[in-house]
Amino acid sequence: MKELSLNILDIAQNSLTAKSTLVEILLEETDETLRITVRDNGCGMSEDMVRRVTDPFCTSRTTRKVGLGIPFFKLAAEQTGGRLELESVSQDVSPENHGTVISGLFYKNHLDFTPLGDVVSTVCTLIQGCGGVDIVFRHTMPNGEVETDTREIRAMLGDIPLSEPEILMWIRGNLEEQYAEVNH
Amino acid sequence: MKSLEELAAIREKMANKMALRENAGEIRIVVGMATCGISAGARPVLNTFVEEVANQGLSSKATVTQTGCIGICQFEPVVEVFEPGKEKVTYVKMNPEKARRVVEEHIKNGRTVSEYTIGNNQ
Repeated sequence: MKELSLNILDIAQNSLTAKSTLVEILLEETDETLRITVRDNGCGMSEDMVRRVTDPFCTSRTTRKVGLGIPFFKLAAEQTGGRLELESVSQDVSPENHGTVISGLFYKNHLDFTPLGDVVSTVCTLIQGCGGVDIVFRHTMPNGEVETDTREIRAMLGDIPLSEPEILMWIRGNLEEQYAEVNH
Repeated sequence: MKSLEELAAIREKMANKMALRENAGEIRIVVGMATCGISAGARPVLNTFVEEVANQGLSSKATVTQTGCIGICQFEPVVEVFEPGKEKVTYVKMNPEKARRVVEEHIKNGRTVSEYTIGNNQ
């Protein structure tokens, strides 16, 4: 992957297909580090699956939604001296409180740090394909914050779907303006 | 500022349009967005389709959706176009430039861009 934002898209796609109702994408940035967290309240994974999921060669085709995505993300973090953390609670274990949290820590000044890239496109792509799942995106930077929450947008839209191109263009414009303000 | 008031204005405009959209006969543009597609450049392809459909006022005619891996990863980014009563068209090794041409020729004017189809890229 040429941009970390593509890894985020790939990881969050898993959350969308895991029967989640809410997927949160959290980016926390300091001058030296970037932490990327994708948290969902989906069906979760078994302990066995959690162990195997970071190994590209153990993934079987029946688990088709989880393939090379997590190993790529892990590699991108580790090659900067950072790490990947993965926690998951399967709905079979906890019917009330289940889901998956994947978090990568990246050292931004490392030579092998992959640039974040076009994260606005990633968020728009996720919202385009999210169906009924809600998405929260929050990017905290040393000098400001960019945020969107589809629950608020849906409340405004009534029964007009988020996937309508005109709506997506508004979301894109809104995020770009927030970034422009932070980088002002 | 792209404010919520502006979103409300878009909603009003859309509400009228949505009522007209109930008719069938929609074209579906499906973009493969699994790991293979994403790493090959599917995200800008998808976003180009979304933008072009909006900008050219084609949203009553075509919808853009995403799918997972369809098993021909070497041809990614892959885009399938479904039209009622017609055979599916599979476009391979797509990029934003090709996506714009598919919208212009196929979606708008009903002519398959055969040089981008899988049959001509094997």
